[in-house]
Amino acid sequence: MNRIQARFQLAWPGFGLDVDIALPGRGVTVLFGHSGSGKTTLLRCIAGLERPPVGKLSINGDTWQDERTWLPPHRRPLGYVFQEASLFPHLSVLGNLRYGLRRAKTIANGQGVSLEHAIDLLGIGHLLERKPDRLSGGERSRVAIARALAVSPRLLLLDEPLAALDHDRKQEILPYLERLHDELEVPVLYVSHAPDEVARIADHLVVLEDGRALASGPLGETLARLDLPIRLGEDTGVVIDAVVAERDEQWHLVRASFAGGSVWVRDTGMAVGHRARVRILARDVSLAHTHGDDSSILNALLAHVVAVADEAHPALALVRLDVAGTPLIARVTRRSAAHLGLRPGLPIWAQIKAVALIG
Amino acid sequence: MLTSDELQALWLTVRLAAVVTTILLLIGTPIAWWLARTRCRWKGPIAAIVALPLVLPPSVLGFYLLLVMGPHGPIGQLTEALGLGRLPFTFWGLVVASVFYSLPFMVQPLQTAFESIGERPLEVAATLRASPLDAFFTVAVPLALPGFLTASVLTFAHTVGEFGVVLMIGGNLPGVTRVASVQIYDHVEAFEYASAHRLSAVMLVFAFLVLLALYAWRPGARKGA
Repeated sequence: MNRIQARFQLAWPGFGLDVDIALPGRGVTVLFGHSGSGKTTLLRCIAGLERPPVGKLSINGDTWQDERTWLPPHRRPLGYVFQEASLFPHLSVLGNLRYGLRRAKTIANGQGVSLEHAIDLLGIGHLLERKPDRLSGGERSRVAIARALAVSPRLLLLDEPLAALDHDRKQEILPYLERLHDELEVPVLYVSHAPDEVARIADHLVVLEDGRALASGPLGETLARLDLPIRLGEDTGVVIDAVVAERDEQWHLVRASFAGGSVWVRDTGMAVGHRARVRILARDVSLAHTHGDDSSILNALLAHVVAVADEAHPALALVRLDVAGTPLIARVTRRSAAHLGLRPGLPIWAQIKAVALIG
Repeated sequence: MLTSDELQALWLTVRLAAVVTTILLLIGTPIAWWLARTRCRWKGPIAAIVALPLVLPPSVLGFYLLLVMGPHGPIGQLTEALGLGRLPFTFWGLVVASVFYSLPFMVQPLQTAFESIGERPLEVAATLRASPLDAFFTVAVPLALPGFLTASVLTFAHTVGEFGVVLMIGGNLPGVTRVASVQIYDHVEAFEYASAHRLSAVMLVFAFLVLLALYAWRPGARKGA
């Protein structure tokens, strides 16, 4: 029963939502799509902020909405972080945090996140007395996330919490989001249109377009699908769960090991044994019939071709590869694909030019 | 300085304005909240009715109120049936008339204040477990506080300055319905220009101070909000 079942249909002038998805009852699910794809509307339906004519929602066995049931938003045990931090300007940071906490007490039952834990997780202990207009954008986002956590939600909804922030502020918040992911049991639905956020925090990925769910599945599998008409363009690639297996002090490299192989990556100081994600973009993968010892490329993995698909540009093709069970995508020219004679089942060396170790 | 008649008139004026402002805070707030948030098709007509006293000659408003509250009017018959007597030419008659007359001065600033808050803070409150009523008192009212102050000051000041409606509904009974503006009219009718001057000066200074306070205070309020 550990599942989130959501079915919503609504038709507004110029926009419709028609979604029927089942999501894992734990971990981070990213709702990914371009603006106008319906991801925020879907999140608002789940929160009860919109009331679609057809709606069915159950969270880990509890029905929040169906033909007969309708829980208004203030009765749903969820936490919601809006796109802009939307802190109450008339209350201090602590006042904001306590606002939900005080009211949630009457509904919640024991389990959940304590206020101290939320403050600690988001690192906002030194801001408690301040008014929201005395906070930086990044600090405001962190307070908003802590405020949503402090109500001990059974489902945490985040609507592009980083969208209003510049690159540096994003880098400031992302580690906190990863901590939530690692330390909390609460399932998280996270709306985003940024592939780098998806790569860092998603466990499960839902791709939305024009109010419909095009795909829904575990991150690695979904990213490696070639049949999705929605393309990430330059960001097309895969994310692989790995472990730091070995450190090479002399060359400042670490070996990230995953099911089916391992790659050498720049040493960013991660301890051996640390779990991390490896992100490999399709444009950084070249294909060759030989191992290629005579090139500067450090990582070459023996793979099998699974499928070849057209890219948006007629000169390019996307090749889905299988490295002993781990999917990989390469982007090559169609001419090269023809020249190499790529076809399903063909063994081929995937030469990887760049690997990012994240998380 | 001021004679006891004049002091009595001023005190009556202040009492009337205070009672009317209090009543309008209670009546005007829900009307303004509804107007600020409804998508109902009656919004236009209701908003127009609320705004009517802004453009209607006070004597017209007073004339209709006199008919309605008089012995043959529906409100007049109701108050008599309840044993309250008739409202015209009493203090409470003045209060009822002034509530209608000053309604837009309470409702419109409040409506603007509520509209400027937007939907978002209330949605945030809902996701933090606040019921709609709870969110109204703990989020909407604090955020609209500058609007409440503006509306109250304007309502009070506008009630102090009313004349035509008072004359139609209240007449000119010392200590009951003879407010400052009517007292000044009396002085002028009797060629007591010195007295008219004194009382007028008091009203002028009062009006100026009220507006000064309102405008001086506003920028600070913005910063807080």
